[in-house]
Amino acid sequence: MKQSITLGKVTEYVESGAFTSSVKSLGKKTLKFNSKKFLRNIIIPLFSILIFIGVWHLGSRALFNMEADYKIEKALNERGPEAAAEVESCIISGNIACQPNTLPSPVQVWESFQSLIADHKAIRADKRAFVEKTAILNEKRLAEGKEPITYTGRPSFVDQILTSLETVFAGFLLALFIAIPIGVIIGLSPTLRSSFNWLIQIFKPVSPVVWLLLVFMIVKTMTKDSNSDSAFIISFISVGLCSMWATLVNTAMGVSSVDKDYINVARVLKLGSLQKVFKVILPSSLPLIFTGLRITLSVAWMVLIAIELLAQSPGLGSFVWEEFQNGATDSNSKIIVAMFVIGIIGFLLDRIMLTIQNMVSFNKNEGV
Amino acid sequence: MSTATIKDNKKAEITENGIFYPSSKIMLDLDDLKKVYPTPKGDYVVLEHLNLQIMREEFVTIIGHSGCGKTTMLSMIAGLNPISGGRIAVLGNPIKGPGPDRGVIFQSPSLMPWMTALQNVLLGVNQVFPHASKKERHEIAKYYLQKVGLDGAFDKKASELSQGMQQRVGIARAFAIKPKVLLLDEPFGMLDSLTRGELQDILIEIWNKEKITAVMVTHDVDEAIFLADRVVMMTSGPRAKIGDILKIDFQRPRTRKTVLEHEDYYTYRKHLIDFLEH
Repeated sequence: MKQSITLGKVTEYVESGAFTSSVKSLGKKTLKFNSKKFLRNIIIPLFSILIFIGVWHLGSRALFNMEADYKIEKALNERGPEAAAEVESCIISGNIACQPNTLPSPVQVWESFQSLIADHKAIRADKRAFVEKTAILNEKRLAEGKEPITYTGRPSFVDQILTSLETVFAGFLLALFIAIPIGVIIGLSPTLRSSFNWLIQIFKPVSPVVWLLLVFMIVKTMTKDSNSDSAFIISFISVGLCSMWATLVNTAMGVSSVDKDYINVARVLKLGSLQKVFKVILPSSLPLIFTGLRITLSVAWMVLIAIELLAQSPGLGSFVWEEFQNGATDSNSKIIVAMFVIGIIGFLLDRIMLTIQNMVSFNKNEGV
Repeated sequence: MSTATIKDNKKAEITENGIFYPSSKIMLDLDDLKKVYPTPKGDYVVLEHLNLQIMREEFVTIIGHSGCGKTTMLSMIAGLNPISGGRIAVLGNPIKGPGPDRGVIFQSPSLMPWMTALQNVLLGVNQVFPHASKKERHEIAKYYLQKVGLDGAFDKKASELSQGMQQRVGIARAFAIKPKVLLLDEPFGMLDSLTRGELQDILIEIWNKEKITAVMVTHDVDEAIFLADRVVMMTSGPRAKIGDILKIDFQRPRTRKTVLEHEDYYTYRKHLIDFLEH
């Protein structure tokens, strides 16, 4: 009796619920799959960011305490216990004047970031007001054949970023226009390849600083008479020269290692040399050329900061250097803000190049 | 435009250019051919005293053990591999390097993966028929792509096609340039047996129409018999030469079924296998 009931229930379940249950399990499956993905791609990275911030916070706290203890001890040794107590209470009170100067905490960095944005807005408003104010005057000056008055206030943080991007793109384009044609020519001729190889091998590892000095020597003389922006010219040429090697080497390699079958097809069809280069060799080496360009752009971005710092051309590099020299209470946290901005922009540039690289790569399986 | 007009145009072009075929029946003449690769331990002779005459409109398959120099010989005929001694002549004229009068179907499809199927065929057609209008050239390329069964895949990137499909494009590309001699270097060696059969049928169907003198290297005995008028057997290297030639007297057009059911088929097959096993 009992058995038959259970059996009946089972059949009923199977008949009425088979479809819905399968749908349910399907839903569950996709949900499960999604939640796993969600966990891996969103929750875990978020969690690791939190851990990172936590460690950073604790670390900066420890450094802060070390620096504070040192300061109090110094006051004690030099000026006696009263001064030490004063310093201690001053530090505890949070007075800016006596805060220990060390690794800033995440909160301080966040505040600096906001203050930099606010500063940018203020400068932008100031600039707009200036332009409006001088609009009529400038028109008059133009009519009289004089130079218009331009805004000469200090650049904001965002302006610095834009200047850096401008410089890196100018340098990148320079690298592109030098490295690809030379790479193609070297790649096509084994004789030229071996005659240029030593030059590439020697100059490739040279430090950006030395390139900067070399460019400085040449550009200084060449721009003596003109009133062009020589700091910008020096830094973008240096960036281009430092970063072009990856593209040069990759282009030469891509061109020289074209699949022999393609070359044979070109030979059987008796393609002319120009047609061979543009229809067979260049397209087949495009993926490698773009790999080179991607490395070039990331190298360009990396050396740019050092070069700006040395060439004293405006941009993120000089921003970092000025803040370091400045030594104000929030300077350190501004440097950390710049660090993150540099990192994030570098990452975005790399992503853009990767996307382009995947677009031109004819073999989708080979994409990185 | 119909195919007939394309063919007529082609014929007209040939006579206009003043190219006349000599009356001799020999299309391809290999005379005392020799191939030597210099090595640090002295010369390595791959081929020596190799003589072979191939008639017009003949389909010859070349069979032999791997490494015997079949492919070397074929790439020498194509002009891709320099000749160490002897002579290769097409219609009595010694060859000078590669050229579109000897179309090649390579072992790997060797399509430009960044081009579409149509562009790949056009690459050759544009080169061989520079005076034809753009429309005519497209017609030629499309005609041959249709012939190999790729009607719907003109604009597909070569890299998106399967290996078999790619080799179909390779066949279309070779026929579309209307070569005097067609050289096939184990063109179906990399395909699975089903696809191989399909492509053999397609190849022989186009060939029956065009009757282009063909030399095909293979190591598949059944393929060699099915396609060929003569099967040339090469001795094992080094110093490989022609060991034996077997005439296949099946009527054309052939189908796989009639060939397999023919009473002589197994005699031919045994002959080839006996040669290869000794």
